[in-house]
Amino acid sequence: MSSHKEKTMPVARPSLAVEVAGLKLKNPVMPASGTFGYGEEYAPYFDLNRLGALVTKGLSLHAKAGNPTPRIAETTSGMLNAIGLQNVGIDAFVSSKVPVYRGIHTPVIANFFGNTLEEYGEVAKKLNDVPEVTAVELNISCPNVKQGGIVFGTDPVAAAQVVALVRKALNKPLIVKLTPNVTDITVIARAVEEAGADAISCINTITGMAIDVRTRKPKIANRTGGLSGPAIRPVAVRMVHQVVQAVKIPVIGIGGIMCANDALEFLIVGARAVQVGTANFIDPQAMLTIIDGLEQFLIDEGLTDINQVIGSLQL
Amino acid sequence: MKNYKTIVLSNHEISPDYFRMRILTPGFAAKAQPGQFVMIRTELMLPTMLRRPFGIFRVGCLPAECDGLPPREYMEILYKVVGQGTKILSELHQGDRVELLGPLGNGYDLGTPGKAKLLVGGGIGLVPLFMLGEALIKRGEKVRLLMGGRTRDDILAVTEFERSGVETYVSTDDGSLGEGGLVTKVLERKLGKHPDAEVFACGPTPMLTAVANMCAAHKVSLQVSLEAHMACGVGACLGCVVKGKGHSDSHPQYLCTCKAGPVFNAADLDWGMTAAPGNDCAGGGCK
Repeated sequence: MSSHKEKTMPVARPSLAVEVAGLKLKNPVMPASGTFGYGEEYAPYFDLNRLGALVTKGLSLHAKAGNPTPRIAETTSGMLNAIGLQNVGIDAFVSSKVPVYRGIHTPVIANFFGNTLEEYGEVAKKLNDVPEVTAVELNISCPNVKQGGIVFGTDPVAAAQVVALVRKALNKPLIVKLTPNVTDITVIARAVEEAGADAISCINTITGMAIDVRTRKPKIANRTGGLSGPAIRPVAVRMVHQVVQAVKIPVIGIGGIMCANDALEFLIVGARAVQVGTANFIDPQAMLTIIDGLEQFLIDEGLTDINQVIGSLQL
Repeated sequence: MKNYKTIVLSNHEISPDYFRMRILTPGFAAKAQPGQFVMIRTELMLPTMLRRPFGIFRVGCLPAECDGLPPREYMEILYKVVGQGTKILSELHQGDRVELLGPLGNGYDLGTPGKAKLLVGGGIGLVPLFMLGEALIKRGEKVRLLMGGRTRDDILAVTEFERSGVETYVSTDDGSLGEGGLVTKVLERKLGKHPDAEVFACGPTPMLTAVANMCAAHKVSLQVSLEAHMACGVGACLGCVVKGKGHSDSHPQYLCTCKAGPVFNAADLDWGMTAAPGNDCAGGGCK
């Protein structure tokens, strides 16, 4: 039997705290909208207070039933989904989901969308009166049903219009989530910055399609769906890098983050925080592992603050 | 429910392409209800692969290997190899690590004491019926299992049901074991004899649809366990929904298989002629 003397050097724990759009977060890790429900679904698996922030499922003015099935299909290193933004609607959210947030001190970011400019404006106003919601994330990857179905987020003018309208209606920090399904994401990024966004989160899913060769049918009923997961990470890192160069407001990186090193890629190219999506389905505790992994990385690298990593890209 | 990081105790092929896996799960048995399910992944899957849902077949306890050690509690799944995920699972050995989330979802309601209980299983669909049979027998009920399959290879674990006290009736489409023909033929006969029966079913969507129509015609209660593609298993992804009663294109009614199910009262689902409620995922033993 050998006896080991553990080396216990009293070292201060490195700081993971970051600031995004005026929000002080205890760490830069939060769920991507739509992969974490309203938070309560995952509460049995870990303490929601450990998250940097909690991002809700996308909310709309009225409840949405969502798309026909099948809605999801696994693809190589990722998954396609076309859920159809199923949600309980803003009023039911406020009455039945928000009370849960009174028991936690993690900031809550409400994600929302609309099909018309008016809908965006109305939801924004309703969220003003909900003190439990600290900030909002605007999903502009939806078609404007009043203007021939053009997707707000794929046109710089339409994107700026909706962001300006929401900015005016809203009294909370405004994060705008960008779709990658554009030729040049920096054009949209600059447009929403000018229109008053406090931060940008990107990327939303990449439109994709998968076919069942036996039945000759698309694997999801909606024909196309949003591709997420590690398959899209290199695309996401590239786009976050581009957006960080193009705008002055903070950027939240999203796209296929499975582990701390994946999150670090986004932070190194300049993202101030990250969102974790598909990984939550695979491992309900994925975000906790990532938070712990970020701290361990700082210790291993002899760093004291996550901000020393953010934007540390060597070119 | 809990995310177990645990090991495989055994994993055997019990019939061509059908496997039975026993997993170490301390504290699981007390929580698991008949009809519930688990989400499983292994280190052999790419780190990017989604968990796969599996119905709980049975729970049990291995005696302690030595005085002073506690007995080893386990749960079992039966599954058919239908794709990449189940293929990888089928290659696991004793001691290999798995992650298991569960028990999840709503199980079967045991129904009214004293009424005849008819369990209808199609192929791998017999999985959630075993614990149901056990629970009903324990309550002193008369339980009959009508087990159908395409061929004799699809008839699983029938002797185990018999050992637990369930009366079993086997039918195969090709007549290679038991009675020739569809399991619904047997059900029709049994419903004639037991007009106040309560029916519990799990199997492929066409079978469930036929069973639902038959039970509706006989005005007997039916609970079904559904399968669906799932990403999370906890109600977050909304990928596993099925059509609820009163569903229409203008007023869609979707219910999460993982949260509202996997066991539903047939009366709460939309059994439209062309649109059966389940997403058939080809019988991987998944919910």
